Amino acid sequence: MKFGIVVFPGTNCEADVRYVVEEILGQEAYYLWHKEKSVKRYDCIILPGGASYGGYLREGAMAKFSPIMEAITDHALKGGLVLGISDGFQILLEAGLLPGAMVKNDSLQFRCQDTYIRVENEKTPYTCLYSPGEVLKIPIAHAAGNYYVDEKNLKELEEGGQIVFRYCSPSGEVLPQYNPNGSLNNIAGITNGEGNILGMMPHPERCSEEIMSGVAGRKVFESILYWLKERCAL
Amino acid sequence: MKSETWKEMGLRENEYELIKEILGREPNYLELGMFAVMWSEHCSYKNSKNALKLFPTKGKRVICGPGENAGAVDIGNGKAVAFKVESHNHPSAIDPFRGAATGVGGIVRDILCMGARPIAMLNSLRFGSLDNSRGKYLFNGAVSGIAWYGNCLGVPTVGGEVYFNKNYEGNPLVNAMCIGILNHDDLARGRAEGVGNPVMLVGARTGRDGIHGATFASEELSSESEGEGPTVVGGDPFVEKLLLEACLEVNRAGYLVGMQDLGAAGITGATSETASRAGLGMEIDIKKVPLREEGMTPYEIMLSESQERMLIIPKKGKEGEVERIFKKWDLEAVVIGYVTDDGILRVKNGDKVEAEIPARALTEMCPVYNPEKKEPAYLKETRSFDWRKLPVPENMNKVLLELLSHPSIASKEWIYRQYDHMVGTNTVVRPGSDAAVLRIKGTKTAIAATMDGNGKYCYLDPRTGGAIVVAEAARNLVCAGARPIALTDCLNFGSPEKPEIYWQFEQVIRGMSEAAEALGTPVISGNVSLYNESDKGAIYPTPIVGMVGLIEDTNHIRSQGFQNDGDLIFLLGRTEPELGASMYLEVVHGLETGKVPALDLKKEKAVQELCLEGIGAGLIKSAHDCSDGGLAVAIAESCISGNIGAEINLVKGNLELPELLFGETQSRIIVTVDRNKGEEMRALTEKFGVPVSLIGQVGGEELKIKVNGISGEVINLSISKLEEAWRGAIKCMMD
Amino acid sequence: MFLAKIYVTLKEGVLDPQGNAVGKALHSMNYKEVQKVKVGKYVELYIEGENAEEVGKRVDEICGKLLVNPVVEQYSYELVEV
Repeated sequence: MKFGIVVFPGTNCEADVRYVVEEILGQEAYYLWHKEKSVKRYDCIILPGGASYGGYLREGAMAKFSPIMEAITDHALKGGLVLGISDGFQILLEAGLLPGAMVKNDSLQFRCQDTYIRVENEKTPYTCLYSPGEVLKIPIAHAAGNYYVDEKNLKELEEGGQIVFRYCSPSGEVLPQYNPNGSLNNIAGITNGEGNILGMMPHPERCSEEIMSGVAGRKVFESILYWLKERCAL
Repeated sequence: MKSETWKEMGLRENEYELIKEILGREPNYLELGMFAVMWSEHCSYKNSKNALKLFPTKGKRVICGPGENAGAVDIGNGKAVAFKVESHNHPSAIDPFRGAATGVGGIVRDILCMGARPIAMLNSLRFGSLDNSRGKYLFNGAVSGIAWYGNCLGVPTVGGEVYFNKNYEGNPLVNAMCIGILNHDDLARGRAEGVGNPVMLVGARTGRDGIHGATFASEELSSESEGEGPTVVGGDPFVEKLLLEACLEVNRAGYLVGMQDLGAAGITGATSETASRAGLGMEIDIKKVPLREEGMTPYEIMLSESQERMLIIPKKGKEGEVERIFKKWDLEAVVIGYVTDDGILRVKNGDKVEAEIPARALTEMCPVYNPEKKEPAYLKETRSFDWRKLPVPENMNKVLLELLSHPSIASKEWIYRQYDHMVGTNTVVRPGSDAAVLRIKGTKTAIAATMDGNGKYCYLDPRTGGAIVVAEAARNLVCAGARPIALTDCLNFGSPEKPEIYWQFEQVIRGMSEAAEALGTPVISGNVSLYNESDKGAIYPTPIVGMVGLIEDTNHIRSQGFQNDGDLIFLLGRTEPELGASMYLEVVHGLETGKVPALDLKKEKAVQELCLEGIGAGLIKSAHDCSDGGLAVAIAESCISGNIGAEINLVKGNLELPELLFGETQSRIIVTVDRNKGEEMRALTEKFGVPVSLIGQVGGEELKIKVNGISGEVINLSISKLEEAWRGAIKCMMD
Repeated sequence: MFLAKIYVTLKEGVLDPQGNAVGKALHSMNYKEVQKVKVGKYVELYIEGENAEEVGKRVDEICGKLLVNPVVEQYSYELVEV
């Protein structure tokens, strides 16, 4: 399978994602410069973390005008997989590919630490190898992961199973004290209605090898691969 | 020229006379400014050069020693690491956020100049107390500045150290270290080789930033300087990130002859240094320099310290390619001149020659001074201080908790959780252990890195203190399973014009050199920051060491936390009746005095070798250095990190209880081994002739310490209680 | 030429961590009369245009596209001829 990893000016997690795709998954990975106009060759597009355009104005605000975003929107409308991690999630929100927006962490500080998240929907292309309610120990690293969406959209997200990950305790209880950034309903990751676009604040690529802090994130990538292969087989 | 002019620029009379002699005429205003900045202590090391010659700088792994933008050492597999530490003390005292942020930016560019990709940052911070709002403001500002710049850049901040002492209240220290990785073939140099090669200015535009910042860094701070806002330069980490990628791309493409960052002394520094290193000259036209502001004078252009700029000397004919790469990264790259063969740095403004100075004169010909030295009088008193006359506290639990919650010892989580310490996915041992460890992708190896310093020790005994700083850094790496390979240093001192301070300076360097020699860690780069004084006087003499070690096999990576129930706890080395200069005296008695613990470098080396061998043999499961707060604090930290208790039995011998528990005897490491490997451990220790004692066993939910001859437990605290004191302290003060 | 002074703030109902922090600080400094604090952004645009009405339209467009995220933010502006 071919993974396209989008590089905006200021993106800085592209090499980490590429390493996991190539070395752990054993798949092909290519960097896609933000000025490219087509993503047709790729089975899955990943928008990695970082600080696109320095995070100036609002995290992700300026990246949405890059030429590649049109191609990505097109790819997504056709059901193609798009995964946004951290800054990549913020870009997807700004671009309107996912509902809601990010505001600054309630601590007003950047937060880099392990968190626990619970898999709320294991039927997405990104979570299909996880068990229902599985708890993952996974790091975050962001200054604006405080997710907000209006009530109407929140209801839709909740009812449509679009909330894929929620911050929780090590044993899986979703409680405010385990929320590292103040996000609404402890939301850590959401999909669009169709489920082919996922945005998540935690970094699965940072916990995909034993030598790093565990392998809880690896199944995000393995799920993608599994899902793509299943779809090909059909 | 009027004497006020050159005096104002910080030049001395003999220096002005020498300038006239070199030029064979009076310098003009611009030329004088260029000399003043290049001959400042910050750029010329004129007061420190002779003492710095004492440092050992050679070793079989050293690829590039002092003199370049950073040092580089071989780490096997065709790879090398480049690293250096630099201070940004004076700017941080005035504007902590921007001062610290630009400090990060500057050291990253030094590493970039070597053709290396920055893979880790560390920093060493020294601030006054956190009990007042100014102290909090400065500290919070510096931490936020480092976080902002480093996080945006995507270089992980993986470690460092922080001390709080009123001594630094008027003049905090912010030292930043950067480590970069490169293939041997990609090593770049700051040299303008090849007559006729173009000289390009790349990156951000030039504005009126920090004119004469280097001279500013060489003057003492007064409380008025707090109002001198404009001298602190702002940085833009986003532009730095683009600059980093573009420079690495140009280097990889093979277009590069030389590369140099523009730091203190701006274009003047970069042009004269690159030309001088190559033994050549350079002609530049300042009309071609892209400016951010209108109406800038030649003086301002040549001395501006605007950040995120580099000077690139590409191969002739590759200018277009270089420009294309920078354009891709939305950056400007402009040819401003070319390399000449006459050794002269010629600055033109269109057709008009504005300055003509031999490049070497700026970089090499500054007079070198041997300042007067004198042993400070206070040492007689402090050395003979007898702590045994002090009352001994009844409750050692209380003392331990007080030590653990002192912000210098307490957990630094409040700080490092604001730094992205994981980006790059190499950080296998995160901040909070003795050393950070980064795996090297594509190999079985890893590197460990640490920063250490102890101003109080150096104040009370500069020579021993200097040696201890090096020894402790090495010990920290050894505890992570790494063999120390080289060091970089930042020497933070007061005014060298005061004989007592210069004496300390030289003694510290002697001590550091002896330890570096004995432990096989040559000094490959460094920085000197003098004139760290304020209304409140000089800071403690504070050398900071940044050290890197190599781990041949990632299976040998260790951290400080106790591992499994039943593991045996050994103390390598022996506790001596030493309590002078300790955190115990500082915290319990409010005293910063006494004889600094002795350091025997042979013993130190033996303990380190033993620990490495024990780790290599798979015997040692965890290792932790005994430093600030002594044995009890070290054991408590291992309990907290491992989230498991321990039962300890100590033999008092001729020691007093505070010496036994909290004395800071050097060359001690606490290690754990599997419960059935005790005999093996003992056999190994005999080989190295290191005194070793079995002091206890891992297990339970409390730390219990018994001492023979004393009934009951002298320490009995739950891990959660220890953790609460240790983890919460800084958070409580700051939030 | 017009100068557009644009003020961007968080919409009512959206958590404003910066505003809350400043509010708390002011209370601890004994400015008890401060009822509410909102922290936002201020943007200046120097913009060419025939008249205020035409320029206003462009400013609205620019705010809608880039300067403001309508999910969480609102804006207002003044135009000054310069």
